[in-house]
Amino acid sequence: MPLLKIGSLTVDYRTSRGTIRAVEDVSFSLEKGETLGLVGESGSGKSTLGLSVIRLVPYPGVIVKGHVKIDGKDIVRLPEHELRFIRGRKVAYIFQDPMTSLNPIKKISAHFAELIRTHEPNVKEAKALERAKTVLKDLGIRPERINDYPHQFSGGMRQRIMIGLATALNPDLVIADEPTTALDVIVQAKILDLLESLRNAYGMALILISHDLSIILERCDRVIILYAGHMFEHASSTELHRNPRHPYTQGLLQSIPNIELADQKLAAIPGSPPNMLNLPRGCRFWPRCSYVMKICRTKEPPLIDIGHNHFVRCFKYSRGRAKS
Amino acid sequence: MSEIVKVEHLKKYFPVQKSFLEQLFARKMSYVKAVDDITFSVKRGEIFTLAGESGCGKTTTGRLIIRLLEPTVGEIYFNGADITKLKGEKLRLLRRKMQIIFQDPYASLNPRMKIVDAVGHPLEIHDLAKGKEKKEIVLEVLEKVGLTPPEQFTNLHPHQLSGGQRQRVALARSIIFNPEFIVADEPVSMIDVSLRTALIDLMLNLRKDLGLTYLFITHDLAVAKYISDRIAIMYLGKIVEMSNKESLFLNPMHPYTQALLSAIPIPNPERKRKRIELTGEVPSAINIPQGCRFHSRCPYKRDECSKKEPRITEVEKEHFVACHFIKS
Repeated sequence: MPLLKIGSLTVDYRTSRGTIRAVEDVSFSLEKGETLGLVGESGSGKSTLGLSVIRLVPYPGVIVKGHVKIDGKDIVRLPEHELRFIRGRKVAYIFQDPMTSLNPIKKISAHFAELIRTHEPNVKEAKALERAKTVLKDLGIRPERINDYPHQFSGGMRQRIMIGLATALNPDLVIADEPTTALDVIVQAKILDLLESLRNAYGMALILISHDLSIILERCDRVIILYAGHMFEHASSTELHRNPRHPYTQGLLQSIPNIELADQKLAAIPGSPPNMLNLPRGCRFWPRCSYVMKICRTKEPPLIDIGHNHFVRCFKYSRGRAKS
Repeated sequence: MSEIVKVEHLKKYFPVQKSFLEQLFARKMSYVKAVDDITFSVKRGEIFTLAGESGCGKTTTGRLIIRLLEPTVGEIYFNGADITKLKGEKLRLLRRKMQIIFQDPYASLNPRMKIVDAVGHPLEIHDLAKGKEKKEIVLEVLEKVGLTPPEQFTNLHPHQLSGGQRQRVALARSIIFNPEFIVADEPVSMIDVSLRTALIDLMLNLRKDLGLTYLFITHDLAVAKYISDRIAIMYLGKIVEMSNKESLFLNPMHPYTQALLSAIPIPNPERKRKRIELTGEVPSAINIPQGCRFHSRCPYKRDECSKKEPRITEVEKEHFVACHFIKS
């Protein structure tokens, strides 16, 4: 049984200006210890998808269809009090901004004590703090700094502490939503190394959410490309890099600079992402696509299995053409 | 190629606010040394990039050059003339020749101003055009930045535009006087990847069509490599390495540049690189380490490094490095 299995998940935001379908018909599964990257631009639904896994989609978001099974248990239908055993203990979430995700008036010790004792009420405070200190040491932070307040730490250190809080209860799955976007490149590399080493040490699975395809390709086993709420392509990183199939993925790969290439020519994707309140008919990408066909303007393409665990949502690969 | 902008021994120290009691007992004032003695020049028509991590002083340098901040020490030359002390009307006229684009197009446009007024505002401030005439000029520059047909955009408000479009509006506003020099402070870092390349291409085309020179400021070395002619790497208020981009990426010499380059993610899962690890974090710009300011983190440091500050020297042709152990 996979650790996480998501099936035809659809999430709506019911706003006063109309319903925004932020995530539509997303299905994938994740095994223990695996690393999956969710890539997309703003508005692609990547964060909504991540938050759905722990059912934390903010108001007015609603999961309208589909299931999210963790160890076989569908959390979409779980009562709120049972979710507490999932959140933090089974699945932990790391948010983008380390400046706002720690409570500024509580010491780091209080953050850890609250977390540990909420989930394990029998643990004495002193014992919880002992454990917290070991965690800090693992993260490369001097244990005595547990008595400091968040503002006494740099952005990178705060993100380390967030990672410490997320992994303190040994969750099976950690979801990191743009964990390094607010950080400088050297700190970013260190934080991603840290996540990787924790994963190797404790065997947890990781979902890394980012707008930066470079990071995802470098760090993840598998990649899902999201666009306007749809899964456009799903493959292993190596496969996606060698054989990108969706015109959008191809466009993305051609528009990210690679410092190792001399005289690289970048190609821009024309147009801009669609308004989620007013999606184009047919494929969501057709107004920007250079391979657009007649069918693309009228029908939504299905997610097509093109072999080697590679899935693409594009009519170019439907029917006989996929196999050629 | 002639120099359009030259800065010499530029410094900017911001005094640190202290409480009354601390002021009474402190022996001397303390300062954030945001920019600490830098010298470089930008050649006409080139794209010169200041790159570095947050807090390295790149933005402060950009703002000093276009005189949005007063330098503590040093001189700034524009087309050979000293503009460090320009005031009043002369400074105002200078602003027509040098402009700036900011990072956040959500904050740099007044949400209550229509696009036509936002873009045309500089014309009114400088009393050059208003009303119909202003609109004509605005239509022209909107077209230049690829917001076509321009008539569709003039009466919109910023919230009706995407981030990429807003940044184009900011760009339109910056070129309305036909400036010679533009400071572009992280203009693409808040823009989605699929729109970023188009914006970079636009900036490159404008350079060609309007004969612009850019001072490009970025933390993203991959973008810097794509766009720049020459790059200066800054660390804690100083330039540690400066050269044309080919030489910088092929042969990075300063240990900090090497570490920085090795930390950039490569969009290729099959490429595994060796990363140069740095210890610790960037020290505070209030307490800059003695000697070489990078020595506290440098993997190659020796005794000398904590005693004497290295001078930036030309190690190879047009390739400058500030390190005791790199010599020509």
